[in-house]
Amino acid sequence: MSREAVLHKVRTALGRNAGQTVDEPPPARLVVPEVDIEARIQSFCERIEALAGKTYRAASAGMVRDYISTLVAGRTAVASNAPILRECGIDLLPGVQTGITDRDQLRAACSTAPCGISGADYALADTGTLVMLSSPQEARLISLLPPVYIALVARARLLTGLDELLSILPRPAEQTSSMVLITGPSRTADIEQILVRGVHGPGEIHVVVV
Amino acid sequence: MSAAFDQKIHETLADPKLQLAIYKATGRLVEERRKAIEPDLCPDYQELRTHANAIKRHTIEHLDHYLEEFSRQVEAHGGKVVFCKDAEEVSDFVLSLAKERRAELIVKSKSMTTEEIDLNERLEHHHLESVETDLGEYIIQLAHERPYHIVAPALHKTREQVADLLTERLGVPRETVIEKQTMIARAVLREKFLAADIGVSGANFLVADSGAVVIVENEGNARLTTSAPKIHIAVAGIEKLIPRAQDLAVFLKLLGRSATGQRLTVYTSFLSGPKREDEIDGPDEFYVVLLDNGRTKVLADRDKRQSLYCIRCGACLNHCPVYRKIGGHSFPWVYSGPIGAILTPQFLGVRHEPGLPFASSLCGACAEVCPVKIDIPRILLELRSEVKKAEARDGAGRLERLAFRIWAWVMRHPRMYEMAGMAAASLAPSNGDGWIRNAPFNAGPLRAWLSQRDLPPAAAKSFRQMWRER
Repeated sequence: MSREAVLHKVRTALGRNAGQTVDEPPPARLVVPEVDIEARIQSFCERIEALAGKTYRAASAGMVRDYISTLVAGRTAVASNAPILRECGIDLLPGVQTGITDRDQLRAACSTAPCGISGADYALADTGTLVMLSSPQEARLISLLPPVYIALVARARLLTGLDELLSILPRPAEQTSSMVLITGPSRTADIEQILVRGVHGPGEIHVVVV
Repeated sequence: MSAAFDQKIHETLADPKLQLAIYKATGRLVEERRKAIEPDLCPDYQELRTHANAIKRHTIEHLDHYLEEFSRQVEAHGGKVVFCKDAEEVSDFVLSLAKERRAELIVKSKSMTTEEIDLNERLEHHHLESVETDLGEYIIQLAHERPYHIVAPALHKTREQVADLLTERLGVPRETVIEKQTMIARAVLREKFLAADIGVSGANFLVADSGAVVIVENEGNARLTTSAPKIHIAVAGIEKLIPRAQDLAVFLKLLGRSATGQRLTVYTSFLSGPKREDEIDGPDEFYVVLLDNGRTKVLADRDKRQSLYCIRCGACLNHCPVYRKIGGHSFPWVYSGPIGAILTPQFLGVRHEPGLPFASSLCGACAEVCPVKIDIPRILLELRSEVKKAEARDGAGRLERLAFRIWAWVMRHPRMYEMAGMAAASLAPSNGDGWIRNAPFNAGPLRAWLSQRDLPPAAAKSFRQMWRER
């Protein structure tokens, strides 16, 4: 509609011409500290727990499966198609629905299942954040609609923080249409500043570090 | 100052419950921010501010370039960019798209930009249902009000008021427990998310090198708005650009800490285009509406264009002694507090509410806490000067100008100044505590001056006297 009109006004306001060159922006400011893996895992777990999330460290696929089986505890769950879930045998657990590739089917499953299970592509140690890149293996609604969300993250994917993430993924759009950072359970304090969890997204988050 | 502005201020000051609500909420946000930026938690806080200011300055000074780069990138990822010069063009675009796609229901996530252009009212006028989904925004939409605060829109509502609203508008039994009120809203809005045809969001940042819209939030409603419906429209002011995804390392750290004292908010979405091939969910269509609506006017002013650096964290509101007394609804436009006091006159003209730039003690707290270092007090001074120039052009304020001419003359003549001081001190009435207030001067030119100012009692001896007697 008004593309050229608006751009023209912007250029006039700035005294610039169309196509005029631009100096380099100030350099990106990324500070990546050296933190060993044990300290990263510990910081990550502490941060999530400070936000009322739960964490569990699993040394084997069997431990992951047993832990998730107790979390789901006879309820139903929707699991993503991520390889890490299959490797841990989550798809074989009773009550777990997986392998969905149809949008409507996914929506229906996610809006009724009490639990959602997916992998996380990275985790950020200093903030307790999960990083999710949407893909054919990872749908968005699994970490969003069910009231309980369970994420699996591989130990090697634990980064120090946002700066390291953005130095590994300087242009996230080249890999995914949606990168979401999740830091704790959904929350609000919109009425009288009283904290309530699970307002729209999951109120309960469990992270398994594999 | 207009009568409406004056009246709203006095109503707010006279409401003790509201005073307490504002004081508690802003006080809590001040405290949370203070803790989050303590040197052991955030040692490079000041460097981050300096860097954020430099990036914003660079981007705003070359905005045409970044707008074009952003558009190219959005289109390369299968999205569309729509430039709009005003509110009407935005609603026309949304309405025509809704008509083409036979859409009936829109879910909205929180966006000050859409508040600025009254998008909901414009859509509803054409019988398109548009539902706010952020809990605070939902409450004020039910109450037909505008946001009280940039980040806490329903800050002024008590649980009793929310209970009445929910009962009245939704027909549910009265519920005063906040957790249960929240769950009532969740259930209603969950249905809306699953039924909606279009999701309309705002944007906290637009990333030029990625063609991405970045949205931060705590509830998850923005994620639902942007991933459940088949169409996502993001509406953002043209000033929201940053050059690179990597710049988020600076801005995300500042925004969460300044707004609510969070290191990162619960959800940060980095959205670049519609869902890609074989993705199971996400929108099929992705539009970014880039809005001017007065921004290019602000951009043209070299000294004041820094007003466009604002990332809407709300810290200046929380720290402002004026906002904390007069509240959000006293301000004449959707943007309240110090940032509202500089944006409103620049967007709507200084005549819209001439008293606004003067409703400040110039204490400087806003500039001190601003994460992108906007020099709000300096801009307020410039706007005051513009108000006075406009008044002069309109032929108003003659008496005030005369008074200041006399004052300037007296100030330049030390003997005169001393005599005038003595005369004023002897004439000043002492009523009780000795403060000079409006009351004894209920008429005449002094009334206008004293209606906004109380003067302390005159000292027994002037400084000059004490100096001579030392």
